[in-house]
Amino acid sequence: MSNAIVRVENLHKAYGDTEVLKGVNLEVDEGEVLVVIGPSGTGKSTMLRCINLLTRPDQGRVWVAGDEITAPHADVNQIRERVGMVFQDFNLFSHLTAEGNVMVALTKVKKMSKDEARKLAMFELERVGLSDKAQLYPAQLSGGQKQRVAIARALAMDPSVMLFDEPTSALDPELIGEVLEVMKKLAREGMTMIVVTHEMGFAREVSTRMIFMEHGVIAEQGPTQQLFYNPQHPRTREFLGKITELYGHEQGEA
Amino acid sequence: MDVTFWEMIWPALGRGLLTTLQISAVALTLGFLMGIPAALLRVYGPKWLRWLSVGYIEIFRGTPLLVQLFVIYYGLPDLARALEGLGIEAQFLVLDRMLAAYVALGLNSGAYQAEYFRSAIQAISSGQIMAARALGMSQFQAVTHIVLPQALRLAIPAWSNEVAYMVKYTSVVFIISVPDLLARGQFIISKYYNPMEILLTVGAIYLMIVLGLSTIMGKIERAATIPGLQMEVERG
Repeated sequence: MSNAIVRVENLHKAYGDTEVLKGVNLEVDEGEVLVVIGPSGTGKSTMLRCINLLTRPDQGRVWVAGDEITAPHADVNQIRERVGMVFQDFNLFSHLTAEGNVMVALTKVKKMSKDEARKLAMFELERVGLSDKAQLYPAQLSGGQKQRVAIARALAMDPSVMLFDEPTSALDPELIGEVLEVMKKLAREGMTMIVVTHEMGFAREVSTRMIFMEHGVIAEQGPTQQLFYNPQHPRTREFLGKITELYGHEQGEA
Repeated sequence: MDVTFWEMIWPALGRGLLTTLQISAVALTLGFLMGIPAALLRVYGPKWLRWLSVGYIEIFRGTPLLVQLFVIYYGLPDLARALEGLGIEAQFLVLDRMLAAYVALGLNSGAYQAEYFRSAIQAISSGQIMAARALGMSQFQAVTHIVLPQALRLAIPAWSNEVAYMVKYTSVVFIISVPDLLARGQFIISKYYNPMEILLTVGAIYLMIVLGLSTIMGKIERAATIPGLQMEVERG
């Protein structure tokens, strides 16, 4: 097998009569930053959730760092530890402080001591620039700060790959920047990332490869430069054009 | 009310009050221990356990407490005798009055508490479990470390209601001759023939107990509040 961190083979998923994924194949190598774009309802989030099996695909196989998570007797919880996930609506644990949010899986899943976990939590919060907010509860944080805590929480598990499911879509415009900065820093540090986003500025600046999904399949993929400046598929061109219209010139200008 | 009259009735009422509080405390605790797993099974359990939980809840919510008390105190010994006829030793089914009161009120309260906890559990967004699972927690860990701590906080107001309700509802135990506060009051009435004064006194005692417990529950609720959450609710 290649040195793919994530390998997805022939993924199918349907909800009732609606086929969301119709045979997705994907391979992501170490250090790649993959940006996934496409109209809503085309299975981008479902694909991400199939990678750590939060959603169980009807058909198809998924490997994470060499282990098949879809195998019948796979230790799913243990493989999930290696896949960090950041959600659109943060999903911070509302009864725990920022520090507690980062610590809880360290003590309960990784069985670290409280002291060790606290030290690591503070390190990760420092990494996203929030060590001064460690004792605050989610409801006391802004949206951008919440999402940065969520990133720290995922990073603390020392994942092989990070999945971002529209991480800035629920944020006020003035808070998007701080989250993207953290993500860019991660990318520069060599983290393998799969990012579903419409932030074209981010895509152009840090992604190595882009994927355009439509109707449950990957319609086009290629190196970022190519997809941006020379998309082959007419629908990709149209979609990029629309995003430019919506999100303004600065971001989508191609 | 003159002092001597109070002095006459207080020792009996005091003993009754103690019995009432004792039954309430045991029944609420037993109800909690039944309610939490019943709620969890109803929400997260496999189908057959879900049905078991629904069966328990509906039977105990859907029949009068008096009937339940009768069945447990008088019915179970009958069952024990029947079993003994078949050669099966079942003395554990024969409960004394207090134990029967604990079990009946506890199981009954458990059914109501299960529903309070269920609605609280279902109010926690599914994203919380998803995030916990994504970090590698098992379903059980996600529920015990993430969902329950939040759900229990949400359930406090409903639970306070159950406390207030239970203290008064224990009075049905007079039917199996457990001498609780109200039963003691009735003994004294038959002795002194002044029902209004004694019933008002008994009522006032219940009221003071419930007010006291409500104050304590209010304090617990405030102490368990998650900082910042109130603000968010107001803003929303």
